[in-house]
Amino acid sequence: MKRQVEGLIAWLEDRTGLPGAVARFLDEKIPASGGWHQVFGSVAVFLFLTQAFSGILLSFNYAPTPGEAYNSVRYILTEVTGGRLIRGLHHWGASMMIVVVVLHMVQVFVFGAYKKPRETTWLLGVTLLLLTLAYGLTGYLLPWDNRAYWGTVVATKIAASAPLAGPYMTRLLGAVKGVGVVTFARFYSVHVLLLPPATMLLILAHVYLVRRHGVTPQPGDEALPKKPFYPGQVFKDTAAIFVAFAILFTLAVAAKVPLEQLADPTDTTYIPRPEWYFLFLFQTLKLFEGPLEIVGSTILPGLAMLALFAVPFIDRGRMVKVTRRTVAISFVVLAAIGWSGLTAAAILSTPHDAAAQVDYSAPTNWMQLSPEELAGIAYFRDENCASCHSGGSSLGPDLTRTAIHKDAAWMIRHFMQPAAVRPGSAMPPVALGDVQLNSLAAFLLKLTPDNATALADAPDFAVRGALVYQAGHCAACHMVNGVGMKVGPPLNGLAKRQTRSWVDEHFANPQKLSPGSIMPPYRFPDQNKRNLTAYLFSLPE
Amino acid sequence: MEQRESAPPAAVADGSRRGFFQAGILGLGVAIAAALGLPALAYLLAPPKSKQEGAWIELGELDRFAADVPLEVAFRRNRTDAWKVVREKDTAWVVKRTDGGLAAFGPQCTHLGCAYHWDEGRQQFLCPCHSSLFRIDGSVVSGPAPRPLDRYETKVENGKLMLGRLGSSGERRT
Repeated sequence: MKRQVEGLIAWLEDRTGLPGAVARFLDEKIPASGGWHQVFGSVAVFLFLTQAFSGILLSFNYAPTPGEAYNSVRYILTEVTGGRLIRGLHHWGASMMIVVVVLHMVQVFVFGAYKKPRETTWLLGVTLLLLTLAYGLTGYLLPWDNRAYWGTVVATKIAASAPLAGPYMTRLLGAVKGVGVVTFARFYSVHVLLLPPATMLLILAHVYLVRRHGVTPQPGDEALPKKPFYPGQVFKDTAAIFVAFAILFTLAVAAKVPLEQLADPTDTTYIPRPEWYFLFLFQTLKLFEGPLEIVGSTILPGLAMLALFAVPFIDRGRMVKVTRRTVAISFVVLAAIGWSGLTAAAILSTPHDAAAQVDYSAPTNWMQLSPEELAGIAYFRDENCASCHSGGSSLGPDLTRTAIHKDAAWMIRHFMQPAAVRPGSAMPPVALGDVQLNSLAAFLLKLTPDNATALADAPDFAVRGALVYQAGHCAACHMVNGVGMKVGPPLNGLAKRQTRSWVDEHFANPQKLSPGSIMPPYRFPDQNKRNLTAYLFSLPE
Repeated sequence: MEQRESAPPAAVADGSRRGFFQAGILGLGVAIAAALGLPALAYLLAPPKSKQEGAWIELGELDRFAADVPLEVAFRRNRTDAWKVVREKDTAWVVKRTDGGLAAFGPQCTHLGCAYHWDEGRQQFLCPCHSSLFRIDGSVVSGPAPRPLDRYETKVENGKLMLGRLGSSGERRT
């Protein structure tokens, strides 16, 4: 076996020279001071490759046109096996990439590794940082949900406000008449056609320059023997890559990646928020108002970028030990404090109305239920039916895994006197009124093993809203999902016709807003009103 | 390397360190490759969980079909194509038998998918492409067709014929 492998390697060496090239690459001598602080570059390259991998996988199930894009992302999340994980890897990978690239840069900056003769390595590095940010900016639009759309509206407006270049930037971004199909096409194209080869070329050039000048020695290294890159440093790099990957994988499995509703350019109430790594810019923007806005939006970030590029030409001093680079270290600490402060301020000023957001990254089968059936989910939850009728419990049949073959009349008799219908049943009677029991039975008739998990995810505001809807006898006049009367207008599509505040006010005083309406006024407690309005606004059209 | 030549006793320790590093690089690399590769395979190869399909289509009163006279009926149905729902035209050959039996066949020959038709003279389904012949119950008489005609699920509700999913009979001709 070993002979065959050696033979194959010799053959490859003769025909291609590849094994020798790899050996020469690995045998590079690095300074004695090299070690754990130099792993970030390798981790960044690894994350780039992982992004390419997950990105290509996503593209196998992704339609790059607005609308279709949203539906295909939803398809990836709710139907494709492992789709949620792959999107999680791509989403969190982008964030990790930013973190690692910045850590890499901080290390190089603190150690002064940009000094002569490594100025061009630094310039390429800063360019790679910009490319990484460009991936984040363009990729943000691609799910084409409300978050993507409105975030990009802000980004293109900032570009448009740039002095002199503004109008040209707008044309380049295809956003002359606002964010639209052309903007989408260009962002997609930049994200998948332009940036990846550019990044690969720049990484190659960057690594070439690292090899040309060697890993930066620290003062004192001259006296010590050099050590080989392989296997010691390669092991350290691999271990760091593994830690980064473990974090990424955990995030992808455990942390939900949001998908909001389909982009709605007419939604004037939407408050756009950028990705966390752009929040500090977002906050800087708020410090400058009116005509000064361009200072925060383009002039300051532009100057900061120029300063970053100029670092090796400003600091041309001799190489000193890292512990004595107090100016550089204070600079990093100050920047970190400034960045954290701005980011924290931006997070704290975010309004918290997340409770009423529909999670479109999960199936939304509950939207198809009638209010009566949806209210049944509330009773199912409040009466703790699941503690015996789902999961591993042996106390009652698992209603989430077995199809229910009983009719509503049987179920209601069973709810009231469990043992009378099923002798020996240990189930306690369900102490609810007729309307509630009907509702619970109606929900159970809709429950199948196929939709059980999807229905279990029905958001609380919706099932609570359905309860209020039922208690208020709204179905006596209104129709939802084809169920109810048509005395008043059907409520599907309400979100397109009215604003939330209009609906809230209408409950209290219907005649004021719709003269001639026969609807009686409703004075719901605040929480109930919020749930009901949020529920009605989540109804499909 | 220099160290190894100057201090032979250190060479053993150095060698085991080298072995540990190499095993570590390989082990961690394989772990990462597996954690990325296996989900990727599932993503590409496992069938997607499809949303509930198979809504029943109403084809009209059962009485409109004459006994033992196959009739080609066109209808429109929603077909779910991954993230798209396409409304498209489809047809079925409906056969009502004198004994009350009912069948609806998919409109394509099971050989290469050509559209077949009912041959009045022969009282058999004839495919014009390669002359496959099927009996009125869908079974193969002759020709290259490998299996009987595909059937739609059918049911009768309130005297109306309802059409479900199209499935292949699966049985091969022996």
